[in-house]
Amino acid sequence: MKRWTVFALFFAAFVVTWEILVRKGIWPPVMVPSPVDIGKYFIASIQDRSLLDASYVTLKRLLLGYAIGLAAGLPLGLLNARFKICADTLGLLALGLQTLPSVCWAPLALLWFGQTEAAIFFIVVMGSVWSIALATDAGVRNVPPIYARAARTMGSSGLHTWLKVIFPASLPFIVSGMKQGWAFAWRSLMAAEIYVIILTGFGLGTVLHFGRENHAMDQVLGIMIVIVLIGLLADKIMFAPMERFLHRRWGTAK
Amino acid sequence: MTVDTELLNVPPEKLVVEGVSKTFRTQRGSVHALDNVSLHVREGEFVCLVGPSGCGKSTLLNIIAGLEMPDTGKVLADGKAVTGAGSDRMMMFQESALFPWLDVMGNVLFGLKLKPALRNKERREVAKFYLQLVGLEKFMRSNIHELSGGMKQRVALARALAPNPRVLLMDEPFASLDALTREQLYGDIQEIWAKRQKTIVFVTHNVREAACLGDRVVLFSPHPGRIQEQFTVDLPRPRDISSVDLAKYSTEITRALKRHLKPEAVGEGE
Ligand SMILES: Nc1ncnc2c1ncn2[C@@H]1O[C@H](COP(=O)(O)OP(=O)(O)OP(=O)(O)O)[C@@H](O)[C@H]1O
Ligand SMILES: [Mg+2]
Repeated sequence: MKRWTVFALFFAAFVVTWEILVRKGIWPPVMVPSPVDIGKYFIASIQDRSLLDASYVTLKRLLLGYAIGLAAGLPLGLLNARFKICADTLGLLALGLQTLPSVCWAPLALLWFGQTEAAIFFIVVMGSVWSIALATDAGVRNVPPIYARAARTMGSSGLHTWLKVIFPASLPFIVSGMKQGWAFAWRSLMAAEIYVIILTGFGLGTVLHFGRENHAMDQVLGIMIVIVLIGLLADKIMFAPMERFLHRRWGTAK
Repeated sequence: MTVDTELLNVPPEKLVVEGVSKTFRTQRGSVHALDNVSLHVREGEFVCLVGPSGCGKSTLLNIIAGLEMPDTGKVLADGKAVTGAGSDRMMMFQESALFPWLDVMGNVLFGLKLKPALRNKERREVAKFYLQLVGLEKFMRSNIHELSGGMKQRVALARALAPNPRVLLMDEPFASLDALTREQLYGDIQEIWAKRQKTIVFVTHNVREAACLGDRVVLFSPHPGRIQEQFTVDLPRPRDISSVDLAKYSTEITRALKRHLKPEAVGEGE
């Protein structure tokens, strides 16, 4: 709890200093909106629901796209680890495409799918699938062979060994790959939303983009804060419990 | 099975190792781990393998378990050629090989869950029984990394015993236990072996331990791994590790070891 008190004090001091700097005119309000202005933007945008709608659109895209990336990336990684032919084809492809920031797919995605949700999903999936596949692959390859041998003398074989031994044994790798995949998906989604207008729904990135067009920096900063909060929340809700479990079981905690 | 063995009423051989050789090839050359090793184990027999480090004892167990294939020779279990691992020949590894993603109970349950005839409640009861046997029922919910080396070995023992395999292949299972626990487990393992009619192949560096547990002690020599001599231990059971009769056997075996092998490799008893 002490950690949180320290952080709350730091944060309060930061906001107050910021407010004072803007009020005194040291930071011109045109350049930097004051915290009070941002607060006003939050109240207004929650009241007219624009912020909630945009958050909903964005979260839907993120979660669905990430789920598709996960559903494709995990089996792909297992295949790459299991079959040499997959490693030499899809594995190398994954390695190459992982280096490509997935917003680079935007022009093609728009061409193929038009200004629709499908185009955005495509970009998000491309952002997450490769790093998840690569991490799963690496995880499986790093499983000590003794585990599979032990399982085999207890009568495990084939799919059972993969599901009950190889997969759980590679979880530490897989979870860190999932985390990386999430970060990539989140970044590429924001880049895509700022960069292209999707007609089927306005997400947080789009609202941020409009804020720029209208030179409403309180809106821009407000959206930025929401983006940070969503990132933190995802970490706390999805990954922190998984990591805590892994640390406890494997004994790798600090 | 030939007519002769039928007529002589010899009990069927549980394990047959016939002319097995194995060479490991690595980048730094090859190691001749086993050279023309033949070993016959009767149903219900307790066989101990002793020999200095690196003489191929673990390799032989792996081959009997079906985890590794011999270069030449054959292995039969119940008269059938061994082509892969199976739960009828349970291996207990030299290193504990416990699964870190499961707790102690989960590890002991792993083999039991592969037995479809059991119900879940029965599985848990069996697992608890064996955890009690090795004195770890209080640590049922512990994570593997929270156990000491000897505790891990005891969990591995419980995990190997729980599915009640006909054949147990044990690779230095008591190496990192304290003397007291070990002595208690000598009693337990003899009891389980006798009650459940198990066939056990047991690797150890401790000659006294081998004489205490084995119906037969098989002596290996290294480079390449060969069987040098075999001793039949004709003592009533249950045997006490510190008995005088047993000491006679272990002295004899130790002397043979020293005769065949480099003396630094093995010592008698503790
Ligand atoms: N996978 C492997 N690759 C290469 N060499 C191996 C391999 N496994 C075993 N060996 C070699 O084979 C020989 C026999 O090894 P093994 O593990 O069977 O010995 P051991 O009798 O069990 O020894 P210890 O008593 O120390 O456990 C050793 O010289 C070892 O270096
Ligand atoms: Mg060994």
